[in-house]
Amino acid sequence: KIYTKVDEEFLEELEEILIVSDVGMSTTMEIIDKLRSEIKTRKISDTEEVKAVLKDIMEELLTTSKDNDLNISPSPAIIIVIGVNGVGKTTSIGKIAYNVKASGKKVLLAAGDTFRAAAIDQLKIWGERVGVNVIHQQEGSDPAAIIYDAIQAAKARKTDVLICDTAGRLHNKRNLMNELGKVFKIINREYPEARKEVLLVLDATTGQNAIQQAKTFKEVADITGIVLTKLDGTAKGGVILGVTSELDIPVKFVGVGEGIQDLQPFNPKDFVEALLSDN
Amino acid sequence: MIFEGLSEKLQGTFKKLKGKGKLSEKDVKSAMREVKLALLEADVSYKVVKDFIKKVTERAVGHEVLESLTPGQQVIKIVNEELTNLMGNTQSKIMFSSKPPTIILLVGLQGAGKTTTGGKLGAQLKKLGKRPLLVACDVYRPAAIKQLHVVGEKLDIPVFSMGDKVSPVNIAKAGIEHGKKYGNDVVIIDTAGRLHIDERLMDELKDIKSEVRPHEIMLVVDAMTGQDAVNVADTFNSELGIDGIILTKLDGDTRGGAALSVRAVTGKPIKYIGMGEKLTDLEPFYPDRLASRILGM
Ligand SMILES: Nc1nc2c(ncn2[C@@H]2O[C@H](COP(=O)(O)OP(=O)(O)OP(=O)(O)O)[C@@H](O)[C@H]2O)c(=O)[nH]1
Ligand SMILES: Nc1nc2c(ncn2[C@@H]2O[C@H](COP(=O)(O)OP(=O)(O)OP(=O)(O)O)[C@@H](O)[C@H]2O)c(=O)[nH]1
Ligand SMILES: [K+]
Ligand SMILES: [Mg+2]
Ligand SMILES: [Mg+2]
Repeated sequence: KIYTKVDEEFLEELEEILIVSDVGMSTTMEIIDKLRSEIKTRKISDTEEVKAVLKDIMEELLTTSKDNDLNISPSPAIIIVIGVNGVGKTTSIGKIAYNVKASGKKVLLAAGDTFRAAAIDQLKIWGERVGVNVIHQQEGSDPAAIIYDAIQAAKARKTDVLICDTAGRLHNKRNLMNELGKVFKIINREYPEARKEVLLVLDATTGQNAIQQAKTFKEVADITGIVLTKLDGTAKGGVILGVTSELDIPVKFVGVGEGIQDLQPFNPKDFVEALLSDN
Repeated sequence: MIFEGLSEKLQGTFKKLKGKGKLSEKDVKSAMREVKLALLEADVSYKVVKDFIKKVTERAVGHEVLESLTPGQQVIKIVNEELTNLMGNTQSKIMFSSKPPTIILLVGLQGAGKTTTGGKLGAQLKKLGKRPLLVACDVYRPAAIKQLHVVGEKLDIPVFSMGDKVSPVNIAKAGIEHGKKYGNDVVIIDTAGRLHIDERLMDELKDIKSEVRPHEIMLVVDAMTGQDAVNVADTFNSELGIDGIILTKLDGDTRGGAALSVRAVTGKPIKYIGMGEKLTDLEPFYPDRLASRILGM
């Protein structure tokens, strides 16, 4: 349907688009309220102009006070990748390692997921694909111990960037979150000279729970960026607007497939454009 | 959660009505606004919510305000009943074939929990005295076959695999032959995660279906899924035809509104829920419990 008049029906249509894109009720209301007041003060009567204002408001929400790039220079640097089960942590590590290596840096991976069946083998295959080494022990061993080993190896081998995989964990599981806290303690103690990136991976298919995930992970980790995966599907990932605006954490990458090159830098403009386009 | 305690909220909305004869359309409308917000906050599909609100409004308007209950509780009761209805009234089980082996095909998006759930299902069926076989048809994800082998080993359940150079259709066929030969009465086929819009991979599933004629095609859905759940479930169902749904990761704190969406859009029953990463964490599904959870009560 094509709207020519800026009326209630048109605004309701916009509201619906936001909700079905997982923007969530409260953020949607916030956006629509802002839009209403802009329409009023600027006396906008053209629907296309309203859409342009809407895009501005949304891009504003996606803009944080932080940097959207990976801060891994000068060397050494360590990247820790965290998130709930199955969101795409290990795959994203493969893709990031590929990119960082391509930029001329020496990369090392740490198989910090010792829980999930064959998680270590999965990371080893990614290591082979990218052509980088993987520090690992056997399934069931202490993740903090592996991270410790990996840091020593990174120092000894003069590695530029060490990337650590962690087991998927639901944020409402105290003991698993504490285990993560232990890993960060080791990193802070053993590798204070390294630049630290803590990437939280969120699955674009996820609904409002992603906000809770980000909030709870932030309590145990100084998250520096978000990787938003699986944007190659029909999900729009709108929940990220609430995450970035409420928590002031920038999105650094988006995942757009399962291949090694399917990682892109986050571009708020393109993201908003895709969110508002009909499918 | 913002709408935790919807029940309390509705009590507030209806406080003034105590002692009134019947609920008017206006009374119900303001209450329905709260319900609508609660459902959307729980990730229930926008369209499903709209239809649902319409239905509940029709039922609630003109409803007698009984002395014993507050009007708020009555509306909650109607909402809960309708939600439970929408989610299917009874808890469903696996249909075993009279001519074994019963073939179960697990399908779904990437990372939903198929491989883990395959193991969990196998463990449950083994407990029932069945002799399950797991078949590794994910030839794409790195170490997917190894993952299933590790799971099988932990449970002492045999795993059939042919590496990642054979087509999943052929692996599925050979797996069933293997199961027949070795007396396995249930064959559980693990497949690679795929997007519902990936034509090539959806065709692959159709080929597996037409070759092995599964008795149960189970769509595995992450309970944290948002508004996209309807697209996924609808497409898998219309392209492939599913027999049931397994919801995973309900041990999280998601409200799980996706359950309502997938059920409403496919009409297929939710058969099990995944409640953890351990291979024992699979439970039967109770519609009323999930209805209350979605409402935040
Ligand atoms: N379509 C699509 N699939 C993805 C993307 N990123 C990851 N995947 C797939 O999602 C599934 C899960 O990815 P993993 O990298 O294993 O996720 P994880 O977070 O490490 O999972 P756990 O370690 O089990 O918690 C795999 O099948 C990946 O191939 C993406 O951007 N798009
Ligand atoms: N907390 C929790 N985690 C689960 C549950 N079911 C599966 N998982 C976890 O979710 C992640 C993905 O599970 P998999 O079984 O590998 O998912 P999949 O659908 O086979 O993934 P692909 O093969 O990559 O598409 C793993 O970390 C599992 O341990 C559950 O019910 N609760
Ligand atoms: K998309
Ligand atoms: Mg992983
Ligand atoms: Mg799998």
